[in-house]
Amino acid sequence: MTVGLDYNRIIDVLPEDLASGAVAFEAHGLVIQPEVLTGIAAFLKTEPGLELDYLCSITGVDCTEYFEVDYLLYSLKLNHRFTLKVRLADRSEPVIPSLTGLWLGAELQEREIYDLLGITFSGHPEMKRIFLWEGFSGHPLRKDYGHGH
Amino acid sequence: MAINTEPVFLNLGPVHPSTHGVFRMRALVDGEVITDIEPVFGYLHRGIEKLAESKSYRQFLPLTDRLDYVSSMNNNMAYVMAVEKLAGIEVPPRAEYIRVIMAELQRIIAHLLAIGSFFNDMGTFFTPFFYMFIQKEKITDLFEMVCGQRLLYNYMRFGGLSHDLPPEFIPALNRFLEEMPSEIKKYERLLAENEIVLARSKNVGVLPREMAINASAAGPVLRASGVKWDIRKDDPYSVYDRFEFDVPTGASGDCYDRYRVRLEELTQSLEIIRQAVAGLPKGKVLNPVPLRLRPPAGEVYSHIEGNKGELGFHVISDGSDKPYRIHVRAPSFINLTALRNMLIGWKLADAIIIFGSIDICLGEVDR
Repeated sequence: MTVGLDYNRIIDVLPEDLASGAVAFEAHGLVIQPEVLTGIAAFLKTEPGLELDYLCSITGVDCTEYFEVDYLLYSLKLNHRFTLKVRLADRSEPVIPSLTGLWLGAELQEREIYDLLGITFSGHPEMKRIFLWEGFSGHPLRKDYGHGH
Repeated sequence: MAINTEPVFLNLGPVHPSTHGVFRMRALVDGEVITDIEPVFGYLHRGIEKLAESKSYRQFLPLTDRLDYVSSMNNNMAYVMAVEKLAGIEVPPRAEYIRVIMAELQRIIAHLLAIGSFFNDMGTFFTPFFYMFIQKEKITDLFEMVCGQRLLYNYMRFGGLSHDLPPEFIPALNRFLEEMPSEIKKYERLLAENEIVLARSKNVGVLPREMAINASAAGPVLRASGVKWDIRKDDPYSVYDRFEFDVPTGASGDCYDRYRVRLEELTQSLEIIRQAVAGLPKGKVLNPVPLRLRPPAGEVYSHIEGNKGELGFHVISDGSDKPYRIHVRAPSFINLTALRNMLIGWKLADAIIIFGSIDICLGEVDR
C-alpha cells in the first residue's frame, strides 16, 4: 500500500526557513508559497526517511480566485506519497518556479500547464506551447475562457 | 578534394508509418546520427480535459475510452474508480473480479500490439504482427460478447458494470487461457533468439535506472530499467491483492528489456485471469447509483497500473453534477519525457526502434 505521508511529519523535519513557507494543510496536501517550492521539493527528494524521488504528476487547476498547481510525489523505495500545492493569486501573470532542475519528468507536464492554463514556469528550458499552436490566443482550461461554442 | 559536411534538418511525421499515430519529430542529423531532436505534440489534441468540464460525470465515461484507444477497459476502470472514491460508491465483489479479468485481457491486447508493432519497426514486416493479431482478435471477440463493442467498450459504470457476463463467455475465455501459453512459446521461438532482433535491440536506446526515475517513466519502461514498481503490487486496488503474480523487470533498460518485460507480463496477466475466474463470486454486478451523480465537493487522485504505466485521474468536484476539473496522468505522454535523451547519438534507423519500444498511444499523449 502506498501510504500518504502525514503533513506533521514533514513540517517537523523541514528546516526553519522552508517551514515558514507552508501556508496550510488541506485534506490532500501541504499548501506552500511559490518562493519555497524548489527548496522544499529538493529537501523532500533527498532527505533520508522521506526520499520522495519520483515526481508522479503535476495538475494545474483554475480555482477562479487563484491558480493552483499540485505536485504528487512518490518514494519508489519507501512506497509512500506526498502532495504539494502551490497557489498563485496573480491571475494576470501567474509565475511559478520550474522543477525541471530537480526532475526531468516535470518538463512536458509544465509545458502542458503553460499551454492550457497560462502559468509560466520560470527556469524551464523551453517554455512554449505544447498541444496548441504558437499564435493560439488564450488558455482553454481557464474558467473564463468559456466553452468555445 | 575537400567535402564540406553540415547537419541536416529532417522532419519525421506527423504522418509516418513508424510513429504509431500522428506524432512528429524534428531531427537534426549529422550523416545518419541524430544530434538533436525535438518532439512535436498536439496533432490529436481534442481537449478532452476541457470537454469534461461541460459534461456530467457519466457523460465523460465514453470519452475515457478515447484516451488510449487500445486500452479502453483500463481507462474506464481508472476513471470509475476515481469517481467511486470521490462519491463513496461501493462495488459488488463479482463486478470487481470481472473488472480485473477485463483489465488483464486488455493488457494482453495492448502488449501484443506493442510487441507486434515493435517488430514492424524493426523490419520484420507484419509477419509477427499477424501472429499477435490472431490472439488479439480472440480477446476482441470476448469483449464483444460482454458489451457488443470491439474497440471502445464503455463497459464499466459507477458502482459496477453495464452487463453481467453472458453464459458463453467463461467457456470461450477458458479456451483462450488454454491455448495462449503455447502461443507465447511460439513468439519466443520465433523471435526471442533471433539474431537480427538481438543485434538491433540489445544495448540500443538504454534508459538507465536513475534517468527512468528522474524522468517519471512508468510501467514497462520503468520496470525494464530495473525498477520493481507495479501499482497492482505496490498500491493494490480493486481485488489485485488476492492474486499471486510476479512483476518482471529488466536489467539494463534497453529496447530488448522493454520487449521482454512486455512478453513476460503476458504470462502474468494470464495467471491473474486464471485466479480471477476460479474465484469469481456470484451475485449482482451493479449497485444502484443516481443517474445525475453529484459527488460531494472535494478532490481525489486515483491511479491504476495501465498498460503503459501509471494511469491516474485527478478529479475535482464542486458539488455539482459536472466535474470542476479532471486531469489525466497519461503514461504515454510522460514516458516521452526521456525520448530526447534516449535518441541523441543513435542512428536514424535505431531511433524508430527506440521510439517504438516506448510504446505510446497518441490518443493519450495529446488527449
